[in-house]
Amino acid sequence: MPVQETRLIFKHIDAAGYTNDLDCYLRHGGYEILRKAVQQKPEELCEEVMKSGVRGRGGAGFPCGMKWKFLDRKSGKPIYLICNADESEPGTFKDRQIIHKDPHQLIEGILISCYAIQAKTAFIYIRGEFPEGARILERAIEEARSKNLCGDNILGSGYSVEIFVHRGAGAYICGEETGLIESLEGKRPYPRIKPPFFPAVLGLYQCPTAVNNVETLCHVKHVIDMGGEEYAKIGTPGNSGTRILCVSGHVQKPGYYEFACGDLTLGQLIHDVCGGLRPGRSLKAVIPGGSSAKILRAGERYTGKLKDGSSFDWGLEDIPMDFDSLMAVGSMAGSGGVIVMDDSTDMVEALANINAFYAHESCGQCTPCREGSLWMKKITTRMSHGQARQEDVDLLGNVADQIAGRTICAFGEACSWPTQSFVLKFRDEFLNKARAQAGAASTNGNGAVPLI
Amino acid sequence: MTAPAQTDLVTVVIDGKEIAVPKGTNIIEAASRLGIEIPHYCYHPKLSVVGNCRMCLVEMGMPMIDRGSGKPILDDHGGQKIGWMPRPAIACATAAVPGMQIRTTTELVKQCREGVMEFLLVNHPLDCPICDQAGECRLQEFATDYGRGYSRFIEEKNVKPKRTRLGPRVMLDDERCILCSRCIRFCQEVPKDDVLGFVDRGSYSTLTCYPGKQLENNYSLNTVDICPVGALTSTDFRFKMRVWFLKQTPSIDTESSVGANTFVWAREGKIYRITPRRNDAVNDTWMADSGRELYQQVEAEDRLNACHASGKPVPAPEALQAAVALLKEGKTAIVGSARASLEEQFLLKKVARAAGGAPVHLVAHTGEGDGLLVSADRTPNLRGALLTGLIDTLPPASLEALGAAIDAGEVQTLVVVREDLLAAGLTEAQLERVRIIHLDTHRRPGLERAAVVLAGLTVFEKAGSFVNQQFRVQKFQKAVPGPGGAAEDLFLLATLAAELGGESMPSTPASVWQAMAAEIAAFRGMTFAGIPDDGVVVEAGRLAELPFVEGESLHYKPAAEAAGV
Amino acid sequence: MNLKPETLAKIEAVIPRYPVKRSAALPLLHLVQEDAGYIADEAVEWIAAKLDLQPINIYELVTFYPMFRRKPGGRRIIKVCRTLSCALAGSYKTAEAFKAAFNCGLDETSPDGEVTIEFVECLASCGTAPVVMIDETLHEKVDGERARALAVEIRQAGGPASAPTA
Repeated sequence: MPVQETRLIFKHIDAAGYTNDLDCYLRHGGYEILRKAVQQKPEELCEEVMKSGVRGRGGAGFPCGMKWKFLDRKSGKPIYLICNADESEPGTFKDRQIIHKDPHQLIEGILISCYAIQAKTAFIYIRGEFPEGARILERAIEEARSKNLCGDNILGSGYSVEIFVHRGAGAYICGEETGLIESLEGKRPYPRIKPPFFPAVLGLYQCPTAVNNVETLCHVKHVIDMGGEEYAKIGTPGNSGTRILCVSGHVQKPGYYEFACGDLTLGQLIHDVCGGLRPGRSLKAVIPGGSSAKILRAGERYTGKLKDGSSFDWGLEDIPMDFDSLMAVGSMAGSGGVIVMDDSTDMVEALANINAFYAHESCGQCTPCREGSLWMKKITTRMSHGQARQEDVDLLGNVADQIAGRTICAFGEACSWPTQSFVLKFRDEFLNKARAQAGAASTNGNGAVPLI
Repeated sequence: MTAPAQTDLVTVVIDGKEIAVPKGTNIIEAASRLGIEIPHYCYHPKLSVVGNCRMCLVEMGMPMIDRGSGKPILDDHGGQKIGWMPRPAIACATAAVPGMQIRTTTELVKQCREGVMEFLLVNHPLDCPICDQAGECRLQEFATDYGRGYSRFIEEKNVKPKRTRLGPRVMLDDERCILCSRCIRFCQEVPKDDVLGFVDRGSYSTLTCYPGKQLENNYSLNTVDICPVGALTSTDFRFKMRVWFLKQTPSIDTESSVGANTFVWAREGKIYRITPRRNDAVNDTWMADSGRELYQQVEAEDRLNACHASGKPVPAPEALQAAVALLKEGKTAIVGSARASLEEQFLLKKVARAAGGAPVHLVAHTGEGDGLLVSADRTPNLRGALLTGLIDTLPPASLEALGAAIDAGEVQTLVVVREDLLAAGLTEAQLERVRIIHLDTHRRPGLERAAVVLAGLTVFEKAGSFVNQQFRVQKFQKAVPGPGGAAEDLFLLATLAAELGGESMPSTPASVWQAMAAEIAAFRGMTFAGIPDDGVVVEAGRLAELPFVEGESLHYKPAAEAAGV
Repeated sequence: MNLKPETLAKIEAVIPRYPVKRSAALPLLHLVQEDAGYIADEAVEWIAAKLDLQPINIYELVTFYPMFRRKPGGRRIIKVCRTLSCALAGSYKTAEAFKAAFNCGLDETSPDGEVTIEFVECLASCGTAPVVMIDETLHEKVDGERARALAVEIRQAGGPASAPTA
């Protein structure tokens, strides 16, 4: 049975005649929820968000309501909201759609969130690679200001807030919230040590700061619209709301799709939603939550117990696409970027490609990530180019083990999880590569496209 | 003496040993009090904490509490159960809180250290045999103590700039740099001279000075001191001597009244370098570059290597006899020195008294203070001159009063200690009218005119004490022997006082201190040996209210400011 | 610094947005690069002075963020995404096609000064891989054939027609 999309955030995206200007947004009921929100008490809004259980859509899946609850409201310092529009996790392209095609939804979400946490200033940190997106947002903010939806005394509520767009310049690390804050402060985006620099207490300019993903802030709008309890009915307990999944790689219909969390399995996503694999090809592996998520290999079986105590026994294609299920199988839902690989893929090269990304993007601040990410890149690149050694397989795994859990920020995990999972799950392929190279020059058995 | 401030103590357990430390103390410091070394590179006790090297990872746990009841969760033995964090924590950024448990000897900690050591070495040139840091290189030391001992790295190492001149006194080898950022933080946080930074990123990050700028502030060599590896080296010291041949002697920087604590590094009578010695109440772990060059005076061209009488080199006893003969004729005046040690000032005062109560003049040496470790008073021991009663008011900028006395014919013989009389305002004509007994270490303009020259020792060649701007008595020790023809200043002064006064005089720091403790209230109960390494503040009484020239510096506030005026 | 009056006006407008001047460093770098095409040493020093910073503070940023150029590039900058999804769809071949079409290597400017070709990391349009940004315009599904067509368009009439973004 084909699964149905539940389009909440993407309700109007790609709809015929829907444009990204304010008039269109207003025609579709835009800013009515903001109007409703500013008549409520801020703490009531926070309570609704808490009740909704909505989890962050940027990658870590941390409950938004908790994040806001941690804000230090007693310090007397201004509270800032930062919208993380750095969308930098490879395989992810959902925020791009929101920003380009429905920017006012985001602006409304930001305004409601600002009011809820009583922030007077919000910054949208948008990746440098979205110049057009930045212009669209600037224009949307100006449009909102012209209708008194933003700026001084919005909608006569007595509440004032400014939103500014701040462009990055090509650094994955700026997706890490404290790296982003440093970047916004005009410094090298070196993530801060936590403790003591938790953004909720010592964030932007050492003031309490909430950093939320674009999609998350859009969800806030819908939470306030529906009420937290009603929103929580979408999806499954602990995985409330809808989830935007971005599918890329070797499927017939790559793209972005929105489902109630847990509504579909990975198999349904690949075969029913994305039209299956290319003709004549079979599934080899899937990275389910952006390139840092641990890879899943076709044919694997996953057994264990879920948080609610129920046991599961899944094949790759049975895994429900929600936070908890993907965690239960040893990977993560992350940013929702699903990268599908068919049997033409050379896994050593695929890992070399990923490692090149992380070596390029490591900020270089702390030792394990700085040196480990480049080392892993050097090893896998060498292996891809004909000089693989049997011992490289264990060495790679061990280098990765020396990074994860020992760094300042989550980049340590992000750069080591791919290596850890690739060498664990495709150990045979890595070893075969070394063996084959020892005897012959040709290494790419499938004649597939080069990846490094 | 002031009592240490009371602080809240918290008890933590490190490797099963309890230690009470002031609240907020980090685990590296707490462990070191137990004699447990937690290796680290980026952490420095006097700089902000960034946690980038990851060498100090330890396991941390907290006593478990039941969330519902708020009661402690007990283990099988009735003790409070410890919830160990699944990930290691950096000790540098972990502040001690009550009940915290730390493990530094587990397999996980061992693996963390091995991992970090390996990572630090993969792109590090293993050029220790030609590296000047050898012997005091943390990379070498920790590789030995915590590393695996072999390399698994077969790739090409990164290539970075070598032998870059960062400034007049500091050289940089970027391939050796482990990017700990200590030097950058130092420049930003201490001299506030933001010239160093990292360019590029990831493993290609490179320490640099902005092109066209230089690391040339007067504190630049501190970056060399705190560089844990051989990346930053001193242009003056590099390649001169392996550090393991050098002996360290505690000393005091004499360039101003701050009195930064130092180590003098010497071998076989030759000094090779001066580095700061930590004193949290005076100079933290820093000192000015200018103070490090002072050792060059030991072997300077114009060094006085012999005593003189009537223009001829003579042994010290002969010169002293000539001096005594002159002094016995009376009409003596004395030009003392705030550069002399406390003990020398005390004995000079004795000389003055024995010479019939000869008037003592002092001249001020001032410059601009830098707000850190070079103060406006460019002498190390003005407070000493006041405490010993050598003088009772702040010295003037010139010796006008003495000049007037000479002009009035009141002075026949002038005893001068370490002073350039012409620079201090006397005229050639005035000098012609007196006979001079000059005690000094270096030749000065007009010295050839002196009837008697007594060759003394530099601060590096003798022991003694100075009183810095905080009225802190600080000791210095003898690092190298003086030139053969020179004599201990204390011996010279004690001999003069004894010969003139007819009573024996103490002539060693220890014996002079016995006398000072008996005669001077501020020093009551003190001995030379008993002065701690970090000095001791003495009661200055009304002297503290004098209008001293110093402004605020690192650990000093002028009395008026300190009182909140 | 010889910046256009519009650029200077934008710079004056953007600085007061931030409670701390230093935050305007990235916006100023973008504005100067848009105006001058790259960030010269002179620009580093000018921006530092404008924000009451030391030149090293700006130099640290220019060298960290790959979007800032330290020297002039070609008339157009071609950025080919090389990260996994695009690579799986053949972006290495796309890059080869551009290199061949303009007779230059990666991170080089073509001999005629027309283009500079670079590999970049994920452009966040993985569903339409391989993607290429030419100046500020995103081009989707750029396989070798499309790359050659784009190259022809660039050579003619001073540039390709803008493809719809996202």
